[in-house]
Amino acid sequence: MTNPTDLKYAQSHEWVKLAGDIATIGVTKFAVEQLTEPTFLELAKLGKSVKVADEIGVIESVKSTSSIYSPIPGDVIEVNKAALENLALVNDDPFGAGWLLKLKVNPDVSLDHLLDATQYDAQIAGH
Amino acid sequence: MADLRTPLHAWHVAHKARMVAFGGWDMPVQYVGIIEEHKAVRGGAGLFDIGHMARLSFTGPDALAFLESVFTNSVASMKVGQVRYGLILNDRGGILDDILVYRFRDHFEAVVNAGNREKILDWLKQHLGELDCNIVDHTFETVMIAIQGPQSVAMVDGLFADDVSKLKYYFATQTTWSGHAVTVSRTGYTGEDGFEIVIPNALGVPMWETLIAKGAVPCGLGSRDTLRLEAAMPLYGHELSEQIDPIQAKLEWAVKMDKGDFLGRAALLNRLPALPDRVGLLLEGKRAAREGSMLFAEGSAVGIVTSGSYVPHLQQSIAMGYLPKNFSPVGTELLVDLRGTKVPATVVWLPFYTRSKN
Repeated sequence: MTNPTDLKYAQSHEWVKLAGDIATIGVTKFAVEQLTEPTFLELAKLGKSVKVADEIGVIESVKSTSSIYSPIPGDVIEVNKAALENLALVNDDPFGAGWLLKLKVNPDVSLDHLLDATQYDAQIAGH
Repeated sequence: MADLRTPLHAWHVAHKARMVAFGGWDMPVQYVGIIEEHKAVRGGAGLFDIGHMARLSFTGPDALAFLESVFTNSVASMKVGQVRYGLILNDRGGILDDILVYRFRDHFEAVVNAGNREKILDWLKQHLGELDCNIVDHTFETVMIAIQGPQSVAMVDGLFADDVSKLKYYFATQTTWSGHAVTVSRTGYTGEDGFEIVIPNALGVPMWETLIAKGAVPCGLGSRDTLRLEAAMPLYGHELSEQIDPIQAKLEWAVKMDKGDFLGRAALLNRLPALPDRVGLLLEGKRAAREGSMLFAEGSAVGIVTSGSYVPHLQQSIAMGYLPKNFSPVGTELLVDLRGTKVPATVVWLPFYTRSKN
């Protein structure tokens, strides 16, 4: 698997990268592959305050519709406009240029409930 | 459930298809991607393993009379080699299946939906009565391959002992390929020109690879679904069920009330006139409606979506569903509930997509 080791993962296939009080969130490569090519993406509005597992977006493919859930609590301070305009970014580079949102978080926010890359690899193994 | 495999199963797995359970079979949903496969069919030629579809034969002196008694379309008026779409109805006029009947010189064949194979076999045997007709299920002896798209005719040209490029739409011929018996029909489920080939199991992979070598793109059931949706072809279990009659489903053209009695005819004569109708819907934006999405008008739920997707060729969000007559006219504006968000939609003419004919 190619899940970066510097990210933390939710069981619902979102990743989070924490830098100070800013958390960048996206969906994993596995999620994109399961969904198949995205045809529609909607993201939470700027300023929205979210708790763990609140819906922060919807992503659709030809075959299915999936919610995107926040892995951590925070306030939405940025959405990836480039990804909204070009869904290929999410499809081709979900861990990079295809990131989805940034949250402002409490710098002491706990990531203990999330999986590390090894644990997430194990979760998706066998698919 | 999905323990049945076509003779192409190992090929699909070896070529990294994503496999899904469908109608009791383990089938490919996509190889590279639904959008690319969909576009291959609209612009070139796509190849589908449809070996899961049930293939039945009807022989004996009463085969015609029997089929006439259980099939909604006219059988007696079919020419030798002709293929006809129609329905098998229950006593209440509900749709048990939608099938194709093939007429050959000395017998008939039918192609039945995979998930309905056992139900239809039981139903047919139950209603055979005293008629002298032998029904045989050939599903496990043969594989069925569809080649669909504007380039199909060029790719099958010269392949068979007979010139199948001369076949008219909805006609079939029994011919040979490398000396082996095959049935080729000019039929399909994508809204494009194309052929469906029934061939003995052992020749499945060689035929499949021969067509790929000619440029046909392997396609899974995912694109088969979006292609048939654009062409507004109903899918059993979605638009069609035992609770829906053919008039609601807008399939009256495949029901010949004047041909004489058939199972379900009496119920259709006595049906309530005001049942909901199958409609086409065009949604605002790119979000897709899905099976079960509710349709709202004047503040209340009035109907339900049976199939919906953002479709690759038209690049629109389209759906089919059922609406009562006061909301089913073309141009009616509604709201579709997409998981809590109400998106505007308009009733439009079906089909959404029609191929240009040369």
